[in-house]
Amino acid sequence: MDILPILSTLRRHKITAFLVIIEIALTCAIVCNAVFIINQRLDRMSMQSGIDEHHLVHVLMADIGVTKDQKARSQEDLATLRQIPGVASVSSVMQVPFGNSSSNAGIKLDPKQNQPTLNATLYSGVNVVRTLGLQLMAGRDLMPDEYIDFDDVVRAAAAKDAKSVPHVVVITQGLAERLWPGQQALGKQLYISDWPLTVVGVVKELIRPYIENDAERSYSMILPMRESRGEYIIRTKSPQDRDSVLTAAVAKLKEINSHRVVLKKQTLDEMRHDFFQNDRAMTGLLVGVCIALLVVTALGIVGLGSFWVAQRRRQIGVRRALGATRSNILRYFQTENFLLATIGIVLGMVMAYGINLLLMLHYELPRLPVIYFPVGAVLLWIIGQLAVLGPAMRAAAVPPVVATRSV
Amino acid sequence: MLSYYLDLALRSLRRNKMLTALMVLAIALGIGASMTTLTVLHVLSGDPLPGTSASLFYPQVDPRELDGYEPGKEPPSQVTWIDGMNLLHAKRADHQALMTGGSVPLQPNQSNVDPFYSNARYTTNEFFPMFHVPFLFGHGWSQSEDDAKARVVVISRTLNDKLFGGKDSTGQTLRIKDVAFQVIGVLDTWRPNPHFYDLYMGRYSASEDVFVPLTTSRDTRLEHDGSTDCWGSGGGDEEHAETQPCVWLQFWVQLDSATKVAAYKDFLTHYSQEQKALGRFQRPVNVRLPVLMEWLDINKVVPGDVKLQTWLAFGFLLVCLVNTVGLMLAKFLRRAGELGVRRALGASKREVFIQLLVESGVIGLAGGIAGLLLAVLGLWLVRLQPSDYASLAHLDLKMLLTTFLLAVGSTLLAGLLPAWRACQITPALQLKSQ
Repeated sequence: MDILPILSTLRRHKITAFLVIIEIALTCAIVCNAVFIINQRLDRMSMQSGIDEHHLVHVLMADIGVTKDQKARSQEDLATLRQIPGVASVSSVMQVPFGNSSSNAGIKLDPKQNQPTLNATLYSGVNVVRTLGLQLMAGRDLMPDEYIDFDDVVRAAAAKDAKSVPHVVVITQGLAERLWPGQQALGKQLYISDWPLTVVGVVKELIRPYIENDAERSYSMILPMRESRGEYIIRTKSPQDRDSVLTAAVAKLKEINSHRVVLKKQTLDEMRHDFFQNDRAMTGLLVGVCIALLVVTALGIVGLGSFWVAQRRRQIGVRRALGATRSNILRYFQTENFLLATIGIVLGMVMAYGINLLLMLHYELPRLPVIYFPVGAVLLWIIGQLAVLGPAMRAAAVPPVVATRSV
Repeated sequence: MLSYYLDLALRSLRRNKMLTALMVLAIALGIGASMTTLTVLHVLSGDPLPGTSASLFYPQVDPRELDGYEPGKEPPSQVTWIDGMNLLHAKRADHQALMTGGSVPLQPNQSNVDPFYSNARYTTNEFFPMFHVPFLFGHGWSQSEDDAKARVVVISRTLNDKLFGGKDSTGQTLRIKDVAFQVIGVLDTWRPNPHFYDLYMGRYSASEDVFVPLTTSRDTRLEHDGSTDCWGSGGGDEEHAETQPCVWLQFWVQLDSATKVAAYKDFLTHYSQEQKALGRFQRPVNVRLPVLMEWLDINKVVPGDVKLQTWLAFGFLLVCLVNTVGLMLAKFLRRAGELGVRRALGASKREVFIQLLVESGVIGLAGGIAGLLLAVLGLWLVRLQPSDYASLAHLDLKMLLTTFLLAVGSTLLAGLLPAWRACQITPALQLKSQ
């Protein structure tokens, strides 16, 4: 295919050609970055929580008045919940994954450190490893005789009583890997303010209830503390039992103590859905804008293509009369579009890279992977070719006789 | 003359309906998307208390221990009970209020309403005059009620509608966590956006339904919510929150002049020095006094996603405009013959230019109207979202005008180049080629 005649024609239509190139470049740059963000969000939404989500339900009760003997009441709640048909395991907890509210502490590897090494979240509650369905990778679960009441821990910490605070902890693999890269974490010590804790178990994964920074999402610890604040995690025997267990649990809890209200009752699947609602909304919006952008660009190419064909009817007629075949004409317009698209794509890639740098600066986004460039290029070439096909076919259909007409 | 141009424009637009529809659609999509996101951004970055916000300040002091000190860092974003009470009782500002949030169980007297939890604000008496909170019935409480830990409560209009059928409920009793409180005031509708005075309780959440004196809330052991940040041996012990090394309260002051602001900053410095001399503060003196809007900026209140969406929408509008420029150029140049005749018959370049601009203006107006409908649709979609700011996304008059200015302005701008190019046509050449 001869490119020189096409170039010389384009030189005569500088402005129009320039506009097509700019449009393709802008679309390419925006779509590359938007698709990149969409992928980031999809990755985030498929985040592993480490818990057995499909079997779990969550209930949060709040007392109306000031409750005395809270611990005894909590034991009564737990005993009652365990008797509900379909319940496999129950724990009284302080926080739940996807719950959005968390209690965190700075962790040191050496008590003399000025700054904590990192910040991790504190899970607690008897049997929480089993109830949440966490996968123990090394070491052991917390033992029944290691648990201390939360209130007593707070009191002991305030009184600087080193004996009555927990001494063991189960941590996630992510946290272990960050604190002691490449080493066995079991038996190692970490410090919360000045209190030493020995790692006795490592679980595969357990995400934080509130994720401020995705890179730190699995920095979780489980402390042997007994909770009695009316928040329960129930593990059902099968996913079908969840609704009936939830209804029964709330009814039973109200029955043993009616002087309280239900603040939350959901399955963990529902909580997960709510947790990522902003990411889902953003993804939907980005997909919408990408489609709209590609459609507008394609329609723009159709519009300009049609205009060029109409403008060059006579020249096409002359070429046809001089012996050019229909496919020659078709090829001509296709090649022309390919040339414009290529220039646009090259320019667009540079712009995509620039936008990505800006986003990295302001939104803590990673660098745009190289794979986006060829994929984006192919996508825009295809769209360009599809868009120009209609006008090009119309051009190919121009009969040679047009050349002989004066208008 | 303008009406003649308008007539010409409409004729020309009708002649090629597809192309016209394409241009209007592109403009409408671009305008719709940018106006939707711009409206959300406008609503979210607005001033919560127009007219008063410039005199509201958020004092910060640094009471933490030396451990973990790094020079130049922000002091904590809240205050301890001791500092809050000291600053409150010093009364160095025109108005001051100490506060924190919580949620409280309400036990209505009516048997048909089950007990339920409501968001509450525990604060001191000047909260209401300082933030210009409007009252429907009754009034706030006074210093003496703060001091006496009085069982008094101010409720929101929504709660008053729910519990008392919208009637004047002052003097009635409301049971909160098994304690009888006397209703002394009912607020009129009040929803400052963002929820500036406590950003930890939902940045765009509605204002609370229940307001109780801070001292009373401690006395009746109402639980506090929001952020509690402790250091040293502090461990969020609710019962002794007054003495814990934790920040969990917000302190706001009203300062009516620049000299007062400077004086207050000096006062904070002196206060910190004094506390350091007493041994309570250990770090070097680090005080801040941001004005309300600065405080919102520091905390990056507007969600990053919303800003990103606005950029994206404007990128989209730009593509739509480039598209329109291209199509308009094609259209105008195609009419070279007709324009040549007009020029030959005596129309000046300027007149032809204006005629073509009128045509692009008409497209802009049509695109603007269609874009406005799309923006209304887009905002409706935004309101369906579960975010706490979703319900705020409404188009106001200012944004309505902006939409039209943006639509017509950008289309006229897009029409400039094609119109200018079309004016350059030499009439003789065009007539000859006919």
